[in-house]
Amino acid sequence: MLRTRFRRLAAATAVAVVGLGALAACGDGGDDEATSGPVKLRFLSLAWQKESLQANKDLVAKWNAEHPDIQVEYVQGDWNSIHDQLVTSFEGGDAPDIVHYEASAIGEFSKQGYLADLSDLISDDLKGQIDQGVWDTVTFDDKVAGVPFLLESQVVIANKKLLDAAGIAVPPADGGWTWDEFQANAQKLTKPGQYGVAWALKSPTNRVLNLALNFDGKFFYTDGGRTEVRIGDAEKEVPKRIHDMIYTTKSASPEALGMSGADTLPGFFGGKYAMLPGSVSLRQQMVEQAPEGFEWVTLPPVKGLSTKQAANPQTLSIAEDSKHKKQAAEFLEYFLNPTNMAALAKGDWLVPTGKQANEELVKLTGGKQGWDVAADSAADLTVAPFQMADGYPEWKTKYATPALQQYFANKITLDQLATQLVDGGKQVLR
Amino acid sequence: MFGKTSRVGRTLQYLALAGYLIFLGFPLVWLLSTAFKPPRELVQLHPSLIPTNPTTQNFVQAFTEQELGRAALNSLQVSLASAVLTVLVAMPASYALARFRSKLGTAALGWVLLSQLFPFVLLIIPIFLILRQVGLANTHAGLVLIYVVWALPFALWMLQGFVRNIPRELEEAASVDGATRLQVLRRVVFPLLAPGIVATALFSFISAWNEFFFALVLVKTPELATLPVALARFVGIEGTARLGPLAAGSLLATLPSLIFFAFMQRRLSSGSLAGAVKG
Repeated sequence: MLRTRFRRLAAATAVAVVGLGALAACGDGGDDEATSGPVKLRFLSLAWQKESLQANKDLVAKWNAEHPDIQVEYVQGDWNSIHDQLVTSFEGGDAPDIVHYEASAIGEFSKQGYLADLSDLISDDLKGQIDQGVWDTVTFDDKVAGVPFLLESQVVIANKKLLDAAGIAVPPADGGWTWDEFQANAQKLTKPGQYGVAWALKSPTNRVLNLALNFDGKFFYTDGGRTEVRIGDAEKEVPKRIHDMIYTTKSASPEALGMSGADTLPGFFGGKYAMLPGSVSLRQQMVEQAPEGFEWVTLPPVKGLSTKQAANPQTLSIAEDSKHKKQAAEFLEYFLNPTNMAALAKGDWLVPTGKQANEELVKLTGGKQGWDVAADSAADLTVAPFQMADGYPEWKTKYATPALQQYFANKITLDQLATQLVDGGKQVLR
Repeated sequence: MFGKTSRVGRTLQYLALAGYLIFLGFPLVWLLSTAFKPPRELVQLHPSLIPTNPTTQNFVQAFTEQELGRAALNSLQVSLASAVLTVLVAMPASYALARFRSKLGTAALGWVLLSQLFPFVLLIIPIFLILRQVGLANTHAGLVLIYVVWALPFALWMLQGFVRNIPRELEEAASVDGATRLQVLRRVVFPLLAPGIVATALFSFISAWNEFFFALVLVKTPELATLPVALARFVGIEGTARLGPLAAGSLLATLPSLIFFAFMQRRLSSGSLAGAVKG
């Protein structure tokens, strides 16, 4: 019996040693570049929705079939760990050639020299397709750190039957409600067991700062090379209006404050909330998850002094360490041509940055399912000061989000919120 | 009167136990339910435990989009190799630490404990660079090496506790009967150490099976990705997720651990020493 056990142990040892040897064979054993054969590019993509994933894979497969001398390996990353993954890859000298991320995050990598300046690598044609306001979101120290290709605007998704029942007309794609009208309509849609609006404010900072541009609220001001947070009437306007809807007119649900956008869907489909302010990409959940017969409609962005919102486009960058920057840029030109950009935007239910791609998308979809509103909202998306501020991520996590959460929970006043935001800025801004 | 109190007490005990079982089991039952729900049932205002229109579409999506089968096989290889190697290294080391008490042994144990204080975020880049230099970056062998090193400190602490619980008298008795040191180890110590070895193997297996960050950073080739990395791809921006395929994949990822544990748990009972030494 004991002898048998010992034999088993010896066998396990042998298996482990042989297994490790076999496992060592599982892998490329390093990252040496082949000196001959096709150029190989690694493309780290963050597409994760079913349609978007398919669109990305199809385009890469098509490119590989048409370009035997430049082969692209599609690698799927995920949004939650991309930052750590990139930091390690850049520091370790093993970055993917092409990186998918977002404008607000790539500035840091660009300033550290990890991303190539695309100014001279991409064509004037691609440059001309995208508005300068959007290019500004990816330009750091005069270097273009990525190609912005997908935009996410804030719209309002509404329950059509509840709008009709309250006698509220759906505004046209190019003529949205003002904030006053939006608040008045939310009031009309409020009755026992039903709220006019559900503001999903689990992560309130980006949303508040994005919408603050409606009233020209900048939050971050730079004078003489020094950036500071300032809170005036313009910055207070959006948080004050949301707060009023929750506690004064009671037309917004207080329980939605701790929710993310997707968490509000059961209440929306159940008729508990009549309107959901949120990203244009929420439309995908409407199509996939709305109950049979549920009628929903996309309302244009709400207007303050303007309908301006902060643009934080998704981007494609090329690693500075890539040995094949020119070929990577060629791939980007192909991947982001108007037809392909429209396909990518359709897959993610987002707005393409390219003008022609936007037009193609509206044609392709007939403007249905809110594509007309989504396309129209692109013109109002522009760079916001917070996107250019060093220290914004830290300010957001440590100070702004807790302070806004407290304010929306009615635990602090608007003035106390302003003080906390300003004091937080003093701690982290350089 | 006493009997009645006893019955009430017993009933309360069972109720508490049932409550605890429900508390532990409910997430798994909910995961099972979610895995079979179509998209529309996932966002009902009043969700039901039993899907109204059960579907296997979530499993199809999980397997076709992310190749979970291959990822599971990768995870299984890596976790088994890590568990076996951890046990093989920890067994003799823990015996030496427990039986040969010296200043060096105490210092070694202190160092083992200290090593647990380093946050792995600090170590990841140096580890990556070293693995690259020795040609083990982007290989399962590199991952196994990291997992073994990562699990060893705790495994050593755990296993040396089991060694200490084996009475020295048993070893001395075997020596008196003429057994050599190797025979003492083979025939007395190792059989009695079985529950500890099983616990250590379980710990190493499960920590390797669940590990995400090293697998994400050290393995670049999609074909070599492990299960946690593949599952993370169903999660999107700011807490959004494709719940159906994620639940289906997570359910499958939970099964091997459950099976492994069910298979090994009988070995965990450490009652074999009861009455070994009298007086």
